[in-house]
Amino acid sequence: MADMELTGAEIVVRCLRDAGIKHVFGYPGGAVLDIYDAIYKQTAFEHILVRHEQAAVHAADAYARSTGQVGVAIVTSGPGATNAVTGIATAYMDSIPLVVISGQVPTAAIGQDAFQEVDTVGITRPCVKHNFLIKDVRDLAITLKKAFYIAATGRPGPVVVDVPKDITQHRCAYEYPASVSMRSYNPTGKGHAGQIKKAVQMLLEARRPMIYTGGGVVLGNAAPQVTDLVRTLGYPATSTLMGLGGYPAPDPLFLGMLGMHGTIEANMAMQHCDVLLAVGARFDDRVIGNPKHFSKEARRIIHIDVDPSSISKRVRVDVPIVGEVAQVLDEMLKLIQASTEQPDQAALKAWWTQIELWRAQDCLKYDRESALIKPQYVIEKLYEVTGGQAYITSDVGQHQMWAAQYYPFDQPRRWINSGGLGTMGFGLPAAMGVQMAHPDAQVACVTGEGSIQMNIQELSTCKEWKLPIKVILLNNGYLGMVRQWQEFFYEERYAESYMTSLPDFVKLAEAYGHVGIRVEKPEDVEPALRDAFGKYKDRLVFINFLTDPRENVFPMIPAGKGLSEMILV
Amino acid sequence: MRHILSLLMENESGALSRVSGLFSARGYNIESLTVAPTEDATLSRMTIVTRGSEDVIEQITKQLNKLIDVVKVQDLSDGSYIERELMLVKVRASGDLREEMKRLADIFRGRIIDVSDKTYTVELTGPGSKLDAFLQAVDPAAILETVRTGASGIGRGDRIMKI
Repeated sequence: MADMELTGAEIVVRCLRDAGIKHVFGYPGGAVLDIYDAIYKQTAFEHILVRHEQAAVHAADAYARSTGQVGVAIVTSGPGATNAVTGIATAYMDSIPLVVISGQVPTAAIGQDAFQEVDTVGITRPCVKHNFLIKDVRDLAITLKKAFYIAATGRPGPVVVDVPKDITQHRCAYEYPASVSMRSYNPTGKGHAGQIKKAVQMLLEARRPMIYTGGGVVLGNAAPQVTDLVRTLGYPATSTLMGLGGYPAPDPLFLGMLGMHGTIEANMAMQHCDVLLAVGARFDDRVIGNPKHFSKEARRIIHIDVDPSSISKRVRVDVPIVGEVAQVLDEMLKLIQASTEQPDQAALKAWWTQIELWRAQDCLKYDRESALIKPQYVIEKLYEVTGGQAYITSDVGQHQMWAAQYYPFDQPRRWINSGGLGTMGFGLPAAMGVQMAHPDAQVACVTGEGSIQMNIQELSTCKEWKLPIKVILLNNGYLGMVRQWQEFFYEERYAESYMTSLPDFVKLAEAYGHVGIRVEKPEDVEPALRDAFGKYKDRLVFINFLTDPRENVFPMIPAGKGLSEMILV
Repeated sequence: MRHILSLLMENESGALSRVSGLFSARGYNIESLTVAPTEDATLSRMTIVTRGSEDVIEQITKQLNKLIDVVKVQDLSDGSYIERELMLVKVRASGDLREEMKRLADIFRGRIIDVSDKTYTVELTGPGSKLDAFLQAVDPAAILETVRTGASGIGRGDRIMKI
């Protein structure tokens, strides 16, 4: 058997292969040299060399978001691990399944302030679902198996496995466990039958119902069930930023996104409903604003979530159901179809009449006659040119909200953005992850001139892998969302939100070997997009749209205010 | 409200920091925390005394359960339970004080476990309130040093936490 023994580095590679991993994003360094040597000798997966570790984690994260599979990143010890932290925290806040393998200094050097040593397990502890430090090569395979299991099950999340360099050199027999069970970790799948029955009863009794869906619907692959439920009942539905695509946005039963920049109809219906069904959503501050204001209106709440700690955290609910959202909704649908009871159609009709009045305010209208390029117009044209079928990644700020508002997603896993942490610099590496997973798909990164500069070095990775991403830069010269808050709440004192000396983005794109286009007039928007997705479809195209610098995102609920306290155009 | 939570967790390195980190990151308060391995060396038993509204305690319990290393969480204060804390207290014991300290220790069923010509070290166990009462009974100037373990708790009778 001795000749069957593998080094720790070889075990890492074999585990990734046996876990079915096809793409790994990473960056080498001293502590992971043995792992990279083992990667060099294998063909089971491709390794994508990024230009900064943060990008490796974002790319792996978006790979996971767009496929539903666990993303994998490898980084070295010390700065490799600290650079990865923003990516890990981003994945943690949005519950993305990820395994991050970090190198560590040799076991004997741990605690000695060795070169490129940091306490990776300590640093990442508050922003991972779980993490491990490997102390014995014989634990390596089982730990990696556990890491994949923990990352993907229950409420998903990132798992860090910290591997000291000497462990990657030690040898032992290799066996990848077929399954793993942990006495301390048993996520709930099936919801409680009694609670489900109660929920269905409550739903059917509703006179002003509302269905509110979140990222859990996308992560839990429950979009078909949500669609089925909403259409069976004919109830209005809304979605959080993270849940977009969980229900087909062009459908009239969909009221648009809710929350700080949600539509009037979604926010008002959320505030004034009498029965609320929350599915895989967590009532966070950007969604319901002030919980006290939200609770002023009496309503009964049913909440389905795989994570019990998300239930009754910010808002007390009446019927909590812990379980996989798809399974629970399946059960609910069965009961609804078998039920002889019907929702009160007259009440429902009156509710819809009210909703249509809100909807008639057309809160997403904007000035279509402007001589300046309106960012909303760019997104609408992007939707048209891509037939609504593109994967859209975004960074964080105004452009992110416009993309969410004006690109009606009709499928899950197409809208890839950092919702919880709000990480600028996410968009471009995320687009890389998506394009690697879906080589033939249209992938666009909607970004701002602030965000894009936070990971712009990845244009080089895109060149190496010939990724035909379209970078849609809505360039208003300002850190737009900061500028908007300063305009509204800081008496127009624009402190440090204006960037002078921006690079010539066309030349910059060309310097990296890509196509750059500058668009200054509204009439040139569509032709540029058509070129990007047509003539240059196999190239990365970087389009610098010079947009109206004073445009704001509406509606807007100021921080700390309630859902019915929106600022409108 | 004061609550006393009992946890069984994997006896892994870093497990304690996951729990204490959770409390500090989410702004929960810890009055005391004790931890040691159980008769099964792969498991540690932890007792946490905390304060909070019912909502906060519910969140704390859920968040603790969410930690991968945590096998079981029980709010002992949900039923009947016993709690004990150990205190070692070094007191001045010279002159008149020598007899008085001995008497006080006896009244509180403490044991004098170390003696010097000027001091006694008294070992006391009991609920935290009893230890507080002892400290209040002694002239503050006579207290030289106190060491308290924090509470350990266990359910009464058939109330057993095991896996």
